Amino acid sequence: MNQRNSNDRVSHPASRRAFVLSATTLALGLLAGCSLGSSVSFNGTDITGADFGRDFRLKDPTGQERTLADFKDKVVLVFFGFTQCPDVCPTALARAAEVKTLLGPDGDRLQVLFVSVDPERDTPEVLNAYTAAFDPTFLALYGDQERLAETAKEFKVIYQKVPTGDSYTIDHTAVTYAFDTKGKLRLKLSHSQSAIEYAADVRKLLHAA
Amino acid sequence: MNHFIRTVAAAAMLAAVAGSAHAQAQANVSVKDAWVRATVAQQKATGAFMQLQAAKDSKFVSASSPLTPTVEVHEMAMQGDVMRMRQVQSVDLPAGKTVELKPGGYHIMMMNLKAQVKEGDTVPFTLVFEGKDGKREQVEIQAPVKALNNAAKPAHAGH
Repeated sequence: MNQRNSNDRVSHPASRRAFVLSATTLALGLLAGCSLGSSVSFNGTDITGADFGRDFRLKDPTGQERTLADFKDKVVLVFFGFTQCPDVCPTALARAAEVKTLLGPDGDRLQVLFVSVDPERDTPEVLNAYTAAFDPTFLALYGDQERLAETAKEFKVIYQKVPTGDSYTIDHTAVTYAFDTKGKLRLKLSHSQSAIEYAADVRKLLHAA
Repeated sequence: MNHFIRTVAAAAMLAAVAGSAHAQAQANVSVKDAWVRATVAQQKATGAFMQLQAAKDSKFVSASSPLTPTVEVHEMAMQGDVMRMRQVQSVDLPAGKTVELKPGGYHIMMMNLKAQVKEGDTVPFTLVFEGKDGKREQVEIQAPVKALNNAAKPAHAGH
């Protein structure tokens, strides 16, 4: 396997040159980015201009209907999950709380949204207590099954009930979406990335003009 | 009086701790750093995490707790961007190797909880292990409850 790879490289000097060239271009681009603010690189996947995740219309635990416009001038992190999830959801929200701390004073310009994929069990009371346990400014959002299905589709999020014992758990997409201060979807961050990586991206979104 | 009760209680606790430590010293499997994630009111499920180490090749086959009849061993796995969680029949414990039940991997899933699990509480568990000879062993543990927002810091090897 290794040998074949090295043969490939030897037999394609042109592509190697191209790689070196593009790496150099990238490095120059990064340097230019520092002075001009024109090209920014992120830890998350840059999905600027995506034709999905444009907006939502969901309720907060007080029953008020919310859309992205309500969080204008803030960077918004959106995660889909459910409160009976013992692992990925509390980890994601604990990380989001750490991101807010890492941002220092900029943390006030971060809004974390937790969209429930389990409206059957996630009552407004549970949702409110749950997000508050991580940070009092974090907001849970929910809709009925139909609205949830529409929202998940718009955000390319998968969720699926899985029966276990006499109960059920839910498999779901565990990415975090980041919106810029103008309400445009910019990044998809992975569950394996750290709070430091998230915070660096949020800071860039906050400070990009 | 109050002081006396506290002293007696402390002595009883010490005895209990010493007792369980003794039991574990003889046992094939040792359990370390067990904890349960706290819940908020009306939240019906949570997870327990710990480190297991067996002297001889064994399997972790089940767990039970007086808190709820629904206790399962689950494995969480990321398939691309999608988190999937499944009950597993057992977790292999190769001799001498520390196997972690931690966020991002295995956990003990507690469902249908009747009451809130609060930070500072202690949750008793009976863990069942099976050796290669099919012989089963039970280990009783007391797992402290940690805050819901306890960050899942990667556990240090050998810690």
